Amino acid sequence: MKDNLILRIIAKLLIPMIILFALYVQFHGDYSPGGGFQAGVIFSSGFILYMLIFGLDTAEAIVPSGVLRVIASLGVLVYAGTGMVSLFMGKEFLNYSALAESPTTGQHIGIIMVELGVGMTVGAIMLLIFYAFANRGRE
Amino acid sequence: MIEYALTHFNYWAVVVIMMTGLYIVISHTNLIKKIAGLNIFQTAVFLMYISMGVVKGGSAPIIAEGFTVYSNPLPQVLMLTAIVVGVATTAMAFAIIVRIKEEYDSVEEDELFTLDEQVAGDAEEW
Amino acid sequence: MAIDPVINFMLLVFLVVMAFTILRLSGMLAMTIIFGLYSLLMAGLFMVMDAPDVAFTEAAVGSGVSTVLMLVTLSLTKTRHERHTRKIQWRPLLVVLLTGAALIYGIHDIANMGDTDAPAQQHVADRYISSGQQETGVPNLVTAVLASYRGFDTLGEVVVIFTAGIGIMLLLGRPCKKGRVEDDQTP
Repeated sequence: MKDNLILRIIAKLLIPMIILFALYVQFHGDYSPGGGFQAGVIFSSGFILYMLIFGLDTAEAIVPSGVLRVIASLGVLVYAGTGMVSLFMGKEFLNYSALAESPTTGQHIGIIMVELGVGMTVGAIMLLIFYAFANRGRE
Repeated sequence: MIEYALTHFNYWAVVVIMMTGLYIVISHTNLIKKIAGLNIFQTAVFLMYISMGVVKGGSAPIIAEGFTVYSNPLPQVLMLTAIVVGVATTAMAFAIIVRIKEEYDSVEEDELFTLDEQVAGDAEEW
Repeated sequence: MAIDPVINFMLLVFLVVMAFTILRLSGMLAMTIIFGLYSLLMAGLFMVMDAPDVAFTEAAVGSGVSTVLMLVTLSLTKTRHERHTRKIQWRPLLVVLLTGAALIYGIHDIANMGDTDAPAQQHVADRYISSGQQETGVPNLVTAVLASYRGFDTLGEVVVIFTAGIGIMLLLGRPCKKGRVEDDQTP
């Protein structure tokens, strides 16, 4: 579909906005609707649109699947790590109140970290799934 | 009576949608169609939970000035995670279907059974 | 009333119609497109029912990722139509009707939709709404409950997604060399 002018131009306009929106949903998720799950899926759908139009090779050149695997694992690590940090700071596993002086600030930091972990894992795994399916189709 | 119908219409629709999904799953032989049926069943469950969380006169569960009544956040949280987990497991099912197609060259359930029986029969002859 | 009953009613009717259309269509491509539309309507319905977070997710997942995933599977398995479009099957229909009747009977006991005294609105929900913001400092209660109150639950969900991803990579990641060689040898 690389030769279709309309698709290419519209995609170039839309994809940055989709990714920006995903970042907004990720980091503004505690004040407005949103969070890690939504942001991860929106981010990956932006890239899937890119993949559909410019082809798998171009997409894999930008985000190699090796990097995605690392990001997906890191996401789970960030989530569980936040829990472990709060465990070592003297409270229960995933009790973020231990992360800062005041419990509320600690909770806020914990929630942002955890949502970041969720977003990384979900986004990376969705893209990896599509890489796996698309690679299968090429053979 | 009308009051009752209005407050239960959502659940009736849930039952109808859910049963449509179930019918697709048990009556169709095409595996992809079956997964679509399962997805419909799943969305019916989402709909039921979200309907349960609705509060009359409430607003979305984001604390803001000027609002006192909020709908129940708990079912929303459960369904939010269920949707994303649902798509991951659906992708898994599709991956298995793709592998089945590669090995058996068919995605129709009854053909798969026939092929399996043939293989079993051949094994017995040996 | 916060939820507009008319919009709610119309969306539900459309949803039921779409579900029946998915049931009836034998062309798989058309079914996939209708399925995407069904998910979009579902997202609209969630929005009407005061669940913007869920609507977000359903719109991105249901009508975006899920639909493309189904299209990819269709192209990989080269499925255009279901093999036989058959008439009504009586045994499955009987099972479905009986189950449906039982469910309708059971639903009679569910509290009215929107009722503030319903069991679902008691217990923890009250606590989340009254003290969620003070305890976590996050106004979006869905995020607060998701990440903080039920953090352990969400950790499990993330691990499930991660595991599903690993499973798919294991299933589809490497080309099956063995099968290909056999195909080449038998012309």
